[in-house]
Amino acid sequence: MSAKDDIITRIRTARPDVSSDTLSGAHTIPRNYLRSPSIPEGIVNRFCERVADYKARVERVPAADIPTAIAAALKDMDATRVAVAAGLPEGWRTALTAAGIDVVTETPGAELDIDALQSLDAVVTGSAVAIADTGTIILDGSATSGRRALTLVPDTHICIVSVEDIVDGVPAALARLTPTSPLTWISGPSATSDIELQRVEGVHGPRTLHVLVVDSSV
Amino acid sequence: MSRAFIGMPAFPVGAKEALNDPQLRSNLRHATTTIRDKRSRVIAELPDWEDLRLSGAAIKDDVGRHLDRYLEQFEAEFTAAGGHVHWARDAAEANRIVVDLVRATGETEVVKVKSMVTVECALNEALAEAGITALETDLAELIVQLAGDLPSHILVPAIHLSRGEIREIFLENMSGVRDDLTDDPADLAGSARTYLRKRFMSAKVGISGANFMIADTGTLVVLESEGNGRMCLTLPETLISVVGIEKMLPTWSDLEVFMQLLPRSSTAERMNPYTTMWTGAHADDGPKNVHVVLLDNGRTRALADPVGRQALRCIRCSACLNVCPVYERVGGKAYGSVYPGPIGAILNPLLHGVDNGPVERSLPFASTLCGRCFEVCPVRIDIPEVLIHLRGRVVEETHHGVPGPEELGMRAAGFVLAKPGLLGAAQRALGLVARALRHRSTIGALPIQGWAANWTGARDIPVPPRQSFRRWWRRSHKTQPPTPHTAQQTRSETP
Repeated sequence: MSAKDDIITRIRTARPDVSSDTLSGAHTIPRNYLRSPSIPEGIVNRFCERVADYKARVERVPAADIPTAIAAALKDMDATRVAVAAGLPEGWRTALTAAGIDVVTETPGAELDIDALQSLDAVVTGSAVAIADTGTIILDGSATSGRRALTLVPDTHICIVSVEDIVDGVPAALARLTPTSPLTWISGPSATSDIELQRVEGVHGPRTLHVLVVDSSV
Repeated sequence: MSRAFIGMPAFPVGAKEALNDPQLRSNLRHATTTIRDKRSRVIAELPDWEDLRLSGAAIKDDVGRHLDRYLEQFEAEFTAAGGHVHWARDAAEANRIVVDLVRATGETEVVKVKSMVTVECALNEALAEAGITALETDLAELIVQLAGDLPSHILVPAIHLSRGEIREIFLENMSGVRDDLTDDPADLAGSARTYLRKRFMSAKVGISGANFMIADTGTLVVLESEGNGRMCLTLPETLISVVGIEKMLPTWSDLEVFMQLLPRSSTAERMNPYTTMWTGAHADDGPKNVHVVLLDNGRTRALADPVGRQALRCIRCSACLNVCPVYERVGGKAYGSVYPGPIGAILNPLLHGVDNGPVERSLPFASTLCGRCFEVCPVRIDIPEVLIHLRGRVVEETHHGVPGPEELGMRAAGFVLAKPGLLGAAQRALGLVARALRHRSTIGALPIQGWAANWTGARDIPVPPRQSFRRWWRRSHKTQPPTPHTAQQTRSETP
């Protein structure tokens, strides 16, 4: 008997009270929790407040000012060699190059190797979904979010979030995602509480997370 | 070199040792108090917390009912997405599978994300025997590994160590560490970053566990904080994840419950810094060879126990450890097994059987039954109920139907209490004992050997009264005290 057959048989033997052809399924599970949290101050306000709580930097910027804001954020970190996710507007790359930044772009089939990734000072990407209530940004491996290694190795991550992509809570975020894409949920810069349960920001992931919220209402 | 939980002493021995370590007790008190306060604050933010707990428990109970179906569904989805699924009946089989997979790559070093299930399997030791070095990359696991110590908490394995002790461990055992290293947690974390950086960049094989696997999409989910998880799950060419079969969730949308329950219960954050979700192998993004080892190792044994099976709901948040008055005083190592604290006191005996050895037999008694663990459990595991159930099992298993001293004592007491004449005689005899001990208010340790010495050594028994209530009543009222029969009549006549 294979290990699989053995384990499946053990499970069925352990539950003689369950007939193997009925799934009790969703109808027996109570789901009285809130699908949508109450956010009186508005989801963009809450998102920014919660991101800042994690010691990440967060700014609300009108769409037209995004390239300038990116350039300023990079200058602030003394970052000169920067990867920009392929799915971001070409105009942003041109503007950054004009601002004296060495812009690197990955294209499918010509991904940066580990050494190239390590030579980067920062990475600029978009995002798929953001959660206001928890201050979480979700990357989905698309051309806008970039592949996973790109947002992991450089020490600074500048992440652009559109207000249309901000949802109120966790249930709404899951409904918007494609489960089978490679997903990374980011809530602040990397951190540890392993020493005396005291939180320290900045371990192996990017030590600086700078979020620019594209908000034309400001 | 890390150590495994093999040949550990039973709880009373480990507890006594821990209680004599004032530094340990101070570290534990500080850490558990900090995390308890933070947890209360973030949970108070959610008005629907109790509803989330009820849903979480119900979803996990559904997993227990139909685990066979969900495992086969997960296997089909994960395989269709380019991943490989392996099944392991026990730890030895899981270790063999992992060793063979690593050997097939030709590598002799692997990087690991913190995973309780691989500690349960003693995988690092099995890899070492096969000539493969496993490098722990979680900060606390790294500290424990460098110190040659044992983990003492599910979430924060080095919770028993202070910053000063950690600095000493790094200075002695971490190659290339700066001589002027301070005990500032930021400086300590920084030195771990430097130490691990080049190892992450060159790693070819990553090994992980998983917090959840989703049946209807074939997705694996790992929650973490430091980014070491992302490194191990993303950069290597080969990724091997060992996952207990109870980690299942039926559907993608069930994550909406657990991604709210777990971070707030474990690190007391609204959300943990990083979560990685992958489904098989992703083209041009992350590892090419993606394996999952589905592990039983006693889980089906626990599933067969109608009272104990609720322990399989556990999502390893460790909230029960942080509120437990026993854990706070003795720490995790006293439990002598991989899962410490209240959940460990039930999970270890359920996985391995109460007859497995002295550790499993002692654990159901390592509790005051205060019930705080049940109150904080995000999936509502009634730990006190399972503890009492397992205590019964221990008594059955230990005495094989032959009554032990405790049971004999109870039977004798029952016999005497049922007969007023015998009770009166016993009370007169105790009155004589009281007169003999008139200079004392309590009876201390009895000068005898065996279980009675242990029992009396830990308790102060009050000296019995010189006269019983019935005797006092007869003397002061010159009548018989009311019998239970007449007392009942009196009560029923009262309007």
